[in-house]
Amino acid sequence: MSQTLQVGLKGVGLVGPGLENWGQAEAVLRGDQRYQAAPLPALKPQQLPPNERRRTTQLIKLAIQAAGEAQQHSGIDAAELACVFASAEGDSWIVDRLCEALCLPQKPVSPTQFLNSVHNAPAGYWGIAAKAQRFSTSIAAGSASFAAGLLEAAAYVAAEGEPVLLVAYDVALPQPLAPFGDSHAPFAAALVLTTAKEPGLLAQLRFDASAEVSSRALCGELAALCRDNAAAEALRLLLLLARAESGAVRLGYHDNSELTLALQC
Amino acid sequence: MSYTPLVLSRYTLVNALGRGAGASLEALRASRSGLRENDYAPAPLPTWIGRVDGIEEEPVSGVLAPYDCRNNRLARIGLEQDGFAAAVAAARARHGAARIGLFLGTSTSGIEETEQAYAGRDDNGALPAGYRYRQTQNPYSLGDFCRQYLGLSGPAMVIATACSSSAKVFAAASRYLAAGLCDAAVVGGVDSLCQNTLYGFNSLELVSTERCRPWDVARNGINIGEGAGFALLERAAEAGGQVALLGYGESSDAWHMSTPHPAGEGALAAMRQALARAGLEPAAVDYINLHGTATPSNDRSEDRAVTSLFGSATPCSSTKGWTGHTLGAAGITEAIFAALAIEHGFMPHSLHTVAIEPGLEAGILLAPREQSVNVAMSNSFGFGGSNCSLVLGRVGA
Repeated sequence: MSQTLQVGLKGVGLVGPGLENWGQAEAVLRGDQRYQAAPLPALKPQQLPPNERRRTTQLIKLAIQAAGEAQQHSGIDAAELACVFASAEGDSWIVDRLCEALCLPQKPVSPTQFLNSVHNAPAGYWGIAAKAQRFSTSIAAGSASFAAGLLEAAAYVAAEGEPVLLVAYDVALPQPLAPFGDSHAPFAAALVLTTAKEPGLLAQLRFDASAEVSSRALCGELAALCRDNAAAEALRLLLLLARAESGAVRLGYHDNSELTLALQC
Repeated sequence: MSYTPLVLSRYTLVNALGRGAGASLEALRASRSGLRENDYAPAPLPTWIGRVDGIEEEPVSGVLAPYDCRNNRLARIGLEQDGFAAAVAAARARHGAARIGLFLGTSTSGIEETEQAYAGRDDNGALPAGYRYRQTQNPYSLGDFCRQYLGLSGPAMVIATACSSSAKVFAAASRYLAAGLCDAAVVGGVDSLCQNTLYGFNSLELVSTERCRPWDVARNGINIGEGAGFALLERAAEAGGQVALLGYGESSDAWHMSTPHPAGEGALAAMRQALARAGLEPAAVDYINLHGTATPSNDRSEDRAVTSLFGSATPCSSTKGWTGHTLGAAGITEAIFAALAIEHGFMPHSLHTVAIEPGLEAGILLAPREQSVNVAMSNSFGFGGSNCSLVLGRVGA
């Protein structure tokens, strides 16, 4: 892996069970507030008009709510942000509905559900809402999806010098798929990444295999969330950010390997 | 915007035209379509499809048997054509397995497996015990399968942006190489027939009951195809191929989930960016392989975009009439068609197109043309307004 890929962190957004937004998650990660697992807060992403909110799914709303928070936090115009959307499973609830419909004699596939079934549906809705016409991609890399999204976003910043919105998100698989897959909790994290020279950064991030890894660890419940949702891997990084501690973290990558990411506050 | 070209040091294709890039080349030159009346039994809709023969008889076996599904079968068949897997093994010896990236596109992965599992649920609604979600349905299963099959351990991901997926893999690979994350890359795409896409596109009234006719006044929709394609990308100095990626462009319509911007603004931005990265003027492009799905609105939008940049003189065609729309495999399929055009000096025409819709002004080829091609463009546009344009050219030209 590269030893030199370096970017700036300009904004954060987050939604998860018992975590309404980055502000609350920051307090939990800093240790000011005890983590209490709770159902996902009601999702009302302001970026989507009400009629679109009704047509879209929980996965789309989850991704867009985190994306909107990070974009606003960064202070960068949404239309100026390139996008990387990363999800390990995609919209498994729609897969369930579509496969259910295909078991019926008339095969009553809903056109809206079919459209929403594409892996880049959240990126498409975000792009329309944000009038974002730049680069946008949607990726999957299994349990490595957060690290793969971060690499893709950082490589884009390095190549183009433009800011990127990274959104990592997954929901729990529905029945009857749940026993066969890995995603068992909803979670989304979004980061706005810029060049490392951008003013007003929250931190600088650097892929650096030789960096010393912080001993700071997530509490048991949040570590469990990382196992139940590939996007929650972001919490390992955000733990240091919330505490304003410089250090390095290991992010899960393919075949049980890890990428070492150094954070400089 | 400077870009160092990457050479396609080996490439391969499997689609309705046959196995191996040579089968595609031969069919394109002979004007032989791969489309057939729909005989995909799980979805007996009145349409035409681009089907690959023999997939049913060739399960994935050995240690990777858990990955067995139509999509990974098609991937394996593709990797075994044109000496592709062997070329990757040689590249592995040159670069090291950890220094070769893997970037693959798909739209529906192995969903046929889930369709069958749902049909086989027990009285309690549980899926059959032998169902393997992670290795078949999961969007990354294609990447996981190919990475193990090829013995690679470098960076890897699947790009799933509907019909632009396996064009965007070229751009991702380019950035990873530029950032030093890998020294070579396997790019490609695989999509396979399933009920979801046939009934899904049918629900949107986008499936034609006839052979698709891009740009034709009577065009009325797409034919769905399946296919696999792969290319090994290396820096010019160390590669042996004749064709290189000269540039790429990516943009978003930010307009509508399923309908392209009427004036083709997003497509235009992607094409402009690809040319700028290649350092070429539009006049340098000898042939354009259009996205050209043969739906009324798609072709109209692409026509506006192409003519505003190229006028009507640049020869262009859609090859969907040969293969059908292979969705997540369309980008790699048509990039390799462009490479074949460059390597062999010919331009395929828009098969089945008879009478161009009045008002559409792109330079559509209605007959094949034998003519040298130094630079070719390939367009891929997908749902969600995802656009990607690639520029390929002769190495060292």
